[in-house]
Amino acid sequence: MSQTTIDPRSLRAPPRRPIRLSWSDERVRAIVWQILVVGLIGAVIWWLWSNTVHNLEVRRIATGFGFLTREAGLPIAENLIPYSPTDTYFRALLIGLLNTLKVAVVGIILATIFGTLIGIARLSKNWLLSKIAGVYIEVIRDLPLLLQLLFWYAILQALPGPRQAMNPVAGVFLSNRGLKLPWIEWQDAHSYALLAFVLGLAYTLLYRRDAIRKRILDGKPRPVWPIAIGCILVLPLVVWYAAGAPFVVDWPALRGFNFRGGLNMSPEYFALLLGLTMYTAGFIAEIVRSGIQAVPHGQWEAAQALGLRPASVLKLVVMPQALRVIIPPMTSQYLNITKNSSLAVAIGYQDIVSIANTTLNQTGQAIEGIAIIMLVYLSISLSISLFMNWYNARIALVER
Amino acid sequence: MSDVTLNAAATVPEAAPRSAPLTEVGLVGWARANLFSGWISTAVTLVLAYFIIRWAIGFVDWAFVNAVWSVPNNQTQACRDARGVGACWAVITEKHRFILFGTYPYEEHWRPALCVLLFVALYVVSAMRRFWRPSLALVWVGVLTLIGLLMWGGVLGMPYVPQERWGGLVITLILATFGLAFAFPLAIVVALGRRSNLPAIKAICVIYVELIRGVPLISLLFMASVMFPLFLPEGMNVDKLLRAQIAIILFAGAYLAEVVRGGLQALPKGQYEAADALGLSYWHKTGFIILPQALRLVIPPLVNTFIGFFKDTSLVLIIGIFDLLTAGKTAIIEPAWQGFGVEVYLTVGAIYFVFCFAMSKYSQSLEAELNRHRVR
Repeated sequence: MSQTTIDPRSLRAPPRRPIRLSWSDERVRAIVWQILVVGLIGAVIWWLWSNTVHNLEVRRIATGFGFLTREAGLPIAENLIPYSPTDTYFRALLIGLLNTLKVAVVGIILATIFGTLIGIARLSKNWLLSKIAGVYIEVIRDLPLLLQLLFWYAILQALPGPRQAMNPVAGVFLSNRGLKLPWIEWQDAHSYALLAFVLGLAYTLLYRRDAIRKRILDGKPRPVWPIAIGCILVLPLVVWYAAGAPFVVDWPALRGFNFRGGLNMSPEYFALLLGLTMYTAGFIAEIVRSGIQAVPHGQWEAAQALGLRPASVLKLVVMPQALRVIIPPMTSQYLNITKNSSLAVAIGYQDIVSIANTTLNQTGQAIEGIAIIMLVYLSISLSISLFMNWYNARIALVER
Repeated sequence: MSDVTLNAAATVPEAAPRSAPLTEVGLVGWARANLFSGWISTAVTLVLAYFIIRWAIGFVDWAFVNAVWSVPNNQTQACRDARGVGACWAVITEKHRFILFGTYPYEEHWRPALCVLLFVALYVVSAMRRFWRPSLALVWVGVLTLIGLLMWGGVLGMPYVPQERWGGLVITLILATFGLAFAFPLAIVVALGRRSNLPAIKAICVIYVELIRGVPLISLLFMASVMFPLFLPEGMNVDKLLRAQIAIILFAGAYLAEVVRGGLQALPKGQYEAADALGLSYWHKTGFIILPQALRLVIPPLVNTFIGFFKDTSLVLIIGIFDLLTAGKTAIIEPAWQGFGVEVYLTVGAIYFVFCFAMSKYSQSLEAELNRHRVR
């Protein structure tokens, strides 16, 4: 190393002074402040902790998660996997988690679709459509979600009983027992077809990526749609046909005092889903509207001037830029749906909070119950954040 | 093209300017441009108008024409008969005192009513820009103390009312206002801590904010109602309202801190450097240079957070605190009034809406006003 290659930045760095033990030294002050704050918070936590330990001893509550393997004995109305009250608390909590995910995932999908439509309607040139969307957004966002949930639940409960159920479309029944929809009888062949669909979709996406990469190299367009139709549509159909082509529609029908068969949405689930979707759609609509408006008008005009077709303008120029504005606030809305699904406890839908709450009332394990709730939500929040951050990084502006 | 126009103008020099055709101006022109600009637009307008008119007629029939406004002492048969075709506003006539004031002693209802007025006056005064000065904090302290005195009583000949009997709208306003008054300073401290270059303090603030924002408010409220008594030494007891209030303050503090941090980050770096160059200490720099500008930047999102937070106070229903929504829900538990939830929730919703809508409109006008210098 010759003397001339010294990094010039090291010359500009301030000279390192030895720490003086005096209040006028910034570094001493920093250390003292931090020790003070950490000490204070540590003392408070230690105080709370020692109180808790003492209180638990006095009340003879044994801490630990041993209760999870005990018999729960709590009935659960809605379960995605088999469950009976003789199962353990662990399984009951698992059912609760699945119920939370069931409402959160469906809610996220529906709120995104519905919210995007309303956001676009808000931007419509049709005055009436735009005004209706505006009023919807304003009203729905100014009412507490819990109130909306109770309202929908009250409306569903005020509906007529199964015998006088409302029947807007053949096979769809709306009564105070919830919503009944026709559903196909699930058989093995359907699972195989679903698997073929997923594989086909994955292959199509890979093929599309490859086609774009090659097109950048030699400029020749490689149409993706034949592969897409073959893999996503034909392949699952062939698999389904080869497996015997079973197709039995399970129609809900009135037997005795209630409906049998079909897909059943309980009033609790339906009210929660309806409330969450409509509430969050109001927020998503505003996000979509501001995202589209954030794309400068010149971008539309420049894309049109290049001779792009309207669909290509939207797909290649406007949407990529609008998405950059839309994705970060959309992430927090998805997190909100998940966290707000915990309001289920108010209308009696048995989600993780409701079941953990019953568990802690039955066993007295307050700390463990609340720790489970928090842990579940923290992990769901973290997973959604990570996924959306990954997606956001993918579509983010690449700057030099 | 321009040649043609020139020639045309030259050949007919006296052509008086004609007014625009009737179909392009006025109401007709507006309707053509905004409602019937193409066949799709026309179809959308007609379909929507049909549904709106049908729905509006149905709603007016239900809410006014066929509605039952009052019934003699809890005989709800008239309401049951009108079920499905007419609203039963009798439930509001009968229960409005309970919904607004909960179980507060009936003869003393003027006290919570006065408190509600004081809260509203406090909001209105705080919203006016000419009162934005440090002495406003004193007004807050004064008014909040006065509200405490009025609610508890025990002085000036007002009988003492224990906190367990408070309820209704005033609880909602207490939770929101006291929550705000304490969460806001907390949020500023946490936001500054998160931007600090002291690693330990920064870590504490990050953990606090992310932990609170990762869990639903309900879990904090459960913690306040179930776990909090375990945290305190034996014999020490904190009442339920205060525990919920603490949970709400901790919750709102984390969200407000993120908003304030946004303002701190949006402030140009030159402001920090200029303050340093003047030789100001950290607290002088923060108090005189940074915060006044940073907070001004985030006033609109702050108001939006307040709205969210005002709505979120309704969650105390789940741990059984008697706020406006709980009072509404409790009013229809009585067998005579069961099944009239829709009417009660519409009324309660209207009260929430008035507060939130006012805040939302205020935030929009404020945003326009604060951005006026940017509009050329």
